[in-house]
Amino acid sequence: MVRLIKKEQLTEDIVKFDIEAPIIAEKARAGQFVIIRTHEEGERIPLTIADNDPEKGIISIVVLRAGRTTCYLMNMAQGECILDVVGPLGRETEVENFGEIIVVGGGVGIAPILPITKSMKRAGNYVVSIIGAKNKESLILKEDIASFSDESYVCTDDGSEGFHGFVSGFLSDYLIKSENSKNSKNIERVIAIGPVLMMRAVSEVTRKHHIKTVVSLNSIMVDGTGMCGACRVEVNKETRFACVDGPEFDGHEVNFELLISRHKMYLKEEKESLGQYLKDHECKLLKHSI
Amino acid sequence: MNNENKKIKIPRVKMPEQPAGDRIKNFKEVELGLSEHQAVEESLRCLQCKKPICIDGCPVEIDIKSFIKLISEKEHKKALDKIREKNALPAICGRVCPQEDQCEKKCVLGIKNDPVAIGKLERFVSDFGEKEKKDKNKLEKSTHTSGDIVIKTAVIGAGPAGLTCAGELAKLGYEVTIFEALHKAGGVLIYGIPEFRLPKSVVEREIEYVKSMGVEIILNSVIGKTLTVDELMDKYRYKSVFVATGAGLPYFMDIPGENLNGVYSANEYLTRSNLMKAYIFPNWDTPIKKARKVAVIGGGNVALDSARTAKRLGAENVYLIYRRGEAEMPARIEEIHHAKAEGIEMIFLANPVEIIGENGWVKKIRCIKMELGEIDSSGRRRPVPLKGSEHDIEVEVVVMAIGQGPNPLLTSSIPGLKLNKKGNIEADEAGRTNKKGVFAGGDIVSGAATVILAMGAGRVAAHCMDEYIKTGSWL
Repeated sequence: MVRLIKKEQLTEDIVKFDIEAPIIAEKARAGQFVIIRTHEEGERIPLTIADNDPEKGIISIVVLRAGRTTCYLMNMAQGECILDVVGPLGRETEVENFGEIIVVGGGVGIAPILPITKSMKRAGNYVVSIIGAKNKESLILKEDIASFSDESYVCTDDGSEGFHGFVSGFLSDYLIKSENSKNSKNIERVIAIGPVLMMRAVSEVTRKHHIKTVVSLNSIMVDGTGMCGACRVEVNKETRFACVDGPEFDGHEVNFELLISRHKMYLKEEKESLGQYLKDHECKLLKHSI
Repeated sequence: MNNENKKIKIPRVKMPEQPAGDRIKNFKEVELGLSEHQAVEESLRCLQCKKPICIDGCPVEIDIKSFIKLISEKEHKKALDKIREKNALPAICGRVCPQEDQCEKKCVLGIKNDPVAIGKLERFVSDFGEKEKKDKNKLEKSTHTSGDIVIKTAVIGAGPAGLTCAGELAKLGYEVTIFEALHKAGGVLIYGIPEFRLPKSVVEREIEYVKSMGVEIILNSVIGKTLTVDELMDKYRYKSVFVATGAGLPYFMDIPGENLNGVYSANEYLTRSNLMKAYIFPNWDTPIKKARKVAVIGGGNVALDSARTAKRLGAENVYLIYRRGEAEMPARIEEIHHAKAEGIEMIFLANPVEIIGENGWVKKIRCIKMELGEIDSSGRRRPVPLKGSEHDIEVEVVVMAIGQGPNPLLTSSIPGLKLNKKGNIEADEAGRTNKKGVFAGGDIVSGAATVILAMGAGRVAAHCMDEYIKTGSWL
């Protein structure tokens, strides 16, 4: 049993949990994830580690309500226990002093960008952060990201805060401006985490500028240790397992279309499962939006 | 008529089973087990040879003759104890061991007639013991040689090899901890072999037995990630480590279309169904694709398990596509019979060359016909594709059951550990690796093999670990 030490509602749809997991807290590095199981009949779902405190023995996960399991988890109270947490899984982010880098986070993807931003800053990089969400209300961890950035920018789809538009649009403008200015920057690397369409758009922008771009792929997983192959992705025309070979890959080599397609594998079943859950349980968070 | 001749005249017992028409609609165990009367009758067929050679066929060297004798005397509990001297998991071995290639193959009765049904008797006594459950497992635990000092040993992986090794180490007086990556112990017995062939309650019962010997099992620990072998030895003071991580890397064919939606590795398909109970979705949350037409590629036990699972999930047509012929199938004959009775359609001498999709989903599988050529390194005739014989079979789900390799997650985390070309750990017959104190056995060393061979390796390694700990010598 694993205790949910702290529950924090970040937005209407996003919750942050601090979880008691001392060994994982000690071992976790930026870019890695855990797999959790809330209850006996539940699924194993992968969640990126958003923060870790080795001294207190806790890790943080940030959950966006999507299907049955996330809904179940979000209905759990502070102090309750989930069944299992296993990790840290996956490879860690390659962190070194690259010089000048840009981190891009979209939606709930801002959460995994935070530990990367931190590590990159600590490694001596000049960090430019660009985060985006639907609107002002859905933006998470803005101050945390800013506190580890040398420059930080915010985008919203509806223009309610910061740049009016997608992070990829802002990034494109930023890179063009930066190249044309007198004290132009030499951006060595971009790390982008968020919805697949966002990561694809960011990769398209950086491809034009020949900037190495790292994305984190959230494919469907079961065991998370390379045993099942559910998380197959195509990178540089080769099949890779996101759980052990990734989750981070070169965005210019990822077959995003395949990832989008594979995300649809259980749409029908997910809907059925969530529907049944909602029938049995009142999900406060979903009531208004369905 | 002398006694021996009389015995030969008794026909081998037939295992009662669920009728095929019923069982394809449920996941309950196919074989129902022998009654006491049947078991005793069968035990009387045993000739009680002076020099029993059946034991030579058993990788863990069970005293077969003696336990069968005890059954004939209706001393079933003693029979179980006799087996447990060598085998901690008899209820499992009685069900999934390929006895026809091991003990029963050696049985002298088999020369002219049918061999004694040793496996079925093994299953009988272990199930009978469960029904009786007279006394809690009291073990004659030998006090450890080094007096009161507790010596810690670690086992990585709670599958057949790991459980056996841990049980033996506990018997030898060591403190044993098993580290298991998944949320449930049992390894392939839990995630791989389906309920209808090996009920999970049986596996759990055997694991409880191992735990009752004093073995601690820590779940959700991915050694190589959560902790490393070096940490176990240096920081956590485990004197010796046994690596038994199995064959946990699914192979794919590397043909076009393998990443389409609807293509599974057998590992994934079976894990979803067995470990995650997707067969009772949506009562349990993990889904699995229920399709009308399913193709399973391969000819081994894993392929048959996948095909029979697909049938039970409601498929109308399940095609088992195998590149060689029926005679070359590595699966157990008994399971081939079961699968046929359940309506699995076997397509021999055919091999997929492409999976064809529509909007990202599997639509059909293109196969090429094969013929058997020269004998290859496996001693079987090598299948050769027949040019121009491509043909399509309409399916919605494809399950790749063409084998599993060693999962590199752990092995790559041990600096300097010697592996072979395939990525299996190199270990000698004692299970010693090139790293002092680290032993390995089971599928991670041998490549994908059987439950009982893994158990045999676990047993041998435990005794060699004991010797290493006592002497400190590493050859």
